[in-house]
Amino acid sequence: MNPRLTAATTRRVLEQIRHDPRTVGLLLVVPSLLIGLMAWIFNDGRLFSAVGPDLLGLFPFIIMFLITSITTLRERRSGTLERLMTTPLGRFDFIVGYAIAFGLLAVVQSLIAVGFAVWVCGLSVQGNAWLLVLVAVANALLGTTLGLFASAFAATEFQVVQFMPLLVFPQALLGGIFVPRDRMPDVLRAISDWLPLTHAIEAFQHAAGTTDSGSVLREVAVVLAWAVAFTALGSVTLRRRTA
Amino acid sequence: MVNALAVEARGLTVVRGRREVLHDLSLGVPAGSVVGLLGPSGSGKTTLMRSVAGSQRIRSGTLRVLGLTAGSRSLRARVGYATQAGSVYDDLTVEQNLRYFARVLGAPAGDPSRVLAEVDLEDHANRMVGRLSGGQRSRVSLGVALLGTPELLVLDEPTVGLDPVLRADLWSLFRRLADRGVTLLVSSHVMDEARRCDRILILREGALLADETPEGLLALTGTEDAEDAFLALAGGKVA
Repeated sequence: MNPRLTAATTRRVLEQIRHDPRTVGLLLVVPSLLIGLMAWIFNDGRLFSAVGPDLLGLFPFIIMFLITSITTLRERRSGTLERLMTTPLGRFDFIVGYAIAFGLLAVVQSLIAVGFAVWVCGLSVQGNAWLLVLVAVANALLGTTLGLFASAFAATEFQVVQFMPLLVFPQALLGGIFVPRDRMPDVLRAISDWLPLTHAIEAFQHAAGTTDSGSVLREVAVVLAWAVAFTALGSVTLRRRTA
Repeated sequence: MVNALAVEARGLTVVRGRREVLHDLSLGVPAGSVVGLLGPSGSGKTTLMRSVAGSQRIRSGTLRVLGLTAGSRSLRARVGYATQAGSVYDDLTVEQNLRYFARVLGAPAGDPSRVLAEVDLEDHANRMVGRLSGGQRSRVSLGVALLGTPELLVLDEPTVGLDPVLRADLWSLFRRLADRGVTLLVSSHVMDEARRCDRILILREGALLADETPEGLLALTGTEDAEDAFLALAGGKVA
């Protein structure tokens, strides 16, 4: 890995996004709109405070997963990836460059979403609100790296969109948003222990509902470990030579 | 040049999917020359160029590029490659594309502006590539291949969709590069362009049909222009 080439890639990805102001707008505003809608639906501060953290965990993950998987699929299909792989650019320069670019976007997105949830919608946070932002960013990185990896298995945009119900929804169902995990059948709970999104959701619940920063950071570490694992898996799918 | 051949293939066989695209191909591209790669579509031109650029897996045989095995790490900054599809970012400006690839290739900071002039895109530097015409877009791709100081340029149909004036300009650029010692392997559909090459390789169905100078090709086929020579060869009139 070469920091100069990684930084060049990050800058290029951000330049591409800057040319698409509508995407930037959607990226920054949509999570807050959905959180606001949820707060309105629940119409009850206490209930919303129970579900709000889960939503903060889900949105950045889903949005980053979609954006990354589609942009990297486009690189694979347009031939730019093939061309880059004939240059000195390393596979990790490519992936980490993307992760940093989307990670930076995730920081802005999370600041807006957390700020909106806490100050406008009245989400009660027991601990440090900055921890919520940290968890949101870690979770967006998880979505980014999973999207990078998943794009290798799709040949078309239609397929990659189908990966969302395949890879994201089961994790959301098993992560304890709809049914608390301790009320799930043992087998499902055991599976959910291993799913990255479960840890992300736990991190949000700890961050919002307790003052126990240690347990939040522990869950964040698990989420980041998964992000590193997806990065490594994703880099294996980038090939300099193809058949 | 220590090596007289910039590209040397011996018994090169390439399989894509289930199809054998190149069969036991042996050929050489002399250093410092412009070599035209001609042949009908589907004859294996792009596969051969991908192999030389290092992005194609090879089934058997050897392929040496600038004295090294094709795809070697140290070749990555020494070989410039422009694919047929263009392979540039439509959602960046011309200049942003060139700047990014210049950084990736470790080219000097002034290279993007030099290249902009060489491919005659100075007036379009700040336009989005996706809004350019097909010919302008392929010139951006060519510009990327010219970044840095490549010793070998592999250009897949670089003049497709260009008007005759621009095509002539690019061929004189190719000639200037060759005079500086750069080797160019250029594929084309336009038989007319063959006359501007030092040597012509004609591929058909993954096999080498001819490896000649333009004059030699005309003499061999008893024809007066490249188009007829190609038709004569493709028709099998010359053994």
